[in-house]
Amino acid sequence: MNLANLQADLWSLVPELWLVAVGLLALLADLVIPRGRKAAVGVLAMSGVLMALIPVASMIPWQARTVLFGTYAVDGFAVFFKLIAIVATVLVILSAMDAMGRQAFEGEFYVLLVFTAVGLMMMAASTDLILLALAIEYVSLTSYVLAGFLKANPKSNEAGIKYFLFGASASAVMFYGFSFVYGLAGTTNLAQIAVRLAGAPAPALYLALALMLAGFGFKISMVPFHQWTPDVYEGAPTPVAAFLSVGSKAAGFAVLVRVVVGTFDPARVNWVLLIAVLSAVTMTVGNLLALPQRNIKRMLAYSSIAHAGFILIGVAAFQGNFGMPGLLIYLLGYTFTQLGAFFVATLIGTRLGTDEIPDYAGLAQRAPVSALLMAIFMLSLTGIPPTAVFFGKFYVLAAAIDNGLLWLAVVGIVNSVISLYYYVGVIRAMYVMPAPSSAPLVEPAALQVALGVAGLGTLAIGLYPDPVIALARSAAFLLRM
Amino acid sequence: MHVGLMHYLILSALLFCTGLYGVVTRRNAVAILMGIELMLNAANINLVAFNRYVAPTAVGGQIFALVIITLAACEAAVGLALVLAAYRTLETTQVDEINIMKW
Repeated sequence: MNLANLQADLWSLVPELWLVAVGLLALLADLVIPRGRKAAVGVLAMSGVLMALIPVASMIPWQARTVLFGTYAVDGFAVFFKLIAIVATVLVILSAMDAMGRQAFEGEFYVLLVFTAVGLMMMAASTDLILLALAIEYVSLTSYVLAGFLKANPKSNEAGIKYFLFGASASAVMFYGFSFVYGLAGTTNLAQIAVRLAGAPAPALYLALALMLAGFGFKISMVPFHQWTPDVYEGAPTPVAAFLSVGSKAAGFAVLVRVVVGTFDPARVNWVLLIAVLSAVTMTVGNLLALPQRNIKRMLAYSSIAHAGFILIGVAAFQGNFGMPGLLIYLLGYTFTQLGAFFVATLIGTRLGTDEIPDYAGLAQRAPVSALLMAIFMLSLTGIPPTAVFFGKFYVLAAAIDNGLLWLAVVGIVNSVISLYYYVGVIRAMYVMPAPSSAPLVEPAALQVALGVAGLGTLAIGLYPDPVIALARSAAFLLRM
Repeated sequence: MHVGLMHYLILSALLFCTGLYGVVTRRNAVAILMGIELMLNAANINLVAFNRYVAPTAVGGQIFALVIITLAACEAAVGLALVLAAYRTLETTQVDEINIMKW
């Protein structure tokens, strides 16, 4: 490799390098900015991450290729997930300024979010097992710290420990699976693995796949690796729960698609059936456990498990024109919607000091705009048109029927109907139940902006999905090369 | 006795199962962490053995093992910090006593 090549390779790493620079700069700024003004660190981090949109967006028309000796993909698929990572990080920093402004180590919180965003981007783009292991573990480590960030809060401590113990065990199992993939293929490059696994014995392939699914399933909170989700979301600071439920879940799906869809031949290892069954179980378990929840963060945690099941339909039905674009559209729409719902939970959590759904009573009078947005998010999570998640559900269900998985589509539709019950419960509390006091809620400006963007995204994708569909289609097309 | 790939694989499988057994049965967070380290080392043995017997001309497996050793160290640092933070407020490292929220 000559110097000119290396230079071209570095140009395609600009978003990651830029984010690292932003993170280091924010870390320095945190040292010099006095206490009480730490929101400036947040503004710096947020605007820095936002500016990473420019290099990422400029990569959309690029020819798909791999750089750095075939270890790092520069393709539409990676770009799509980088966009999700940026959107999630920017909005979460905005929403966290009010809630974290009262905590110690506020500046470090923003810095950790920026560095996690780098890891999310690397997860989506890695095409080498070693780099993939590094990226996944990197995201995990920063996420453990974020979950246990409130050091004096016993619930946050508990969330950190549980997340760490589950996550580290899942990673260890996954690495054991990686070692078998390496042994079967003799290489760590995913493209070469895809070729060489064709001659590997099927039982060994099943073993490697099962071991790796433990790690990937943990990241996307797929049943049976979902137990950590409600406890971590409830105990972690609400902005962190929002970040984990979209950021690491989306990146987990990127890895799942790259490794499982990209390297395992469904004709030799019947992973399509395996993923389809896991998808149906995940949806059903998530939805049924969400029904009795009274805590909004636990409810959203179980709902995020159910949505992971739905997105898995897109993985199982990957063939044809609907599965992969559907998965991408679903993830983007879900990002906006789920973030918005968590932002309202952040607002209520910091301003009213409660996470219980009955305490949302009368929110329609006390904070009419936030209540209306929350209602839109709840309807979107149910999958009612014209909202973002509706298009995602429409695409993955179409993909399931297209791939001959009619039973899975039926399970999905039944689950959507079940989910209506607990989502509408929140709307009912806000609009029907009487308010305990009529004092209007103080809404911080940054959180309002974050909520507005999330609401706008939810509605824009629902009302005018064509650009997103086009982007998702080209991203999914590039992956197939 | 000739030592072949299969011996290494059996050793690593035993190590992995020992680690997994520790993770499942131990109640102390630090002991669980030790079980996780055993599982990671099982992966390392696999990687180095596969490198030697399947792809002896390249060093990918050895590099991978080095990376995992590093990751294990980072994981231990973060994990012990979390355990320490929890010990300061909850005054226990037993995971069955860290249950304000139901598991």
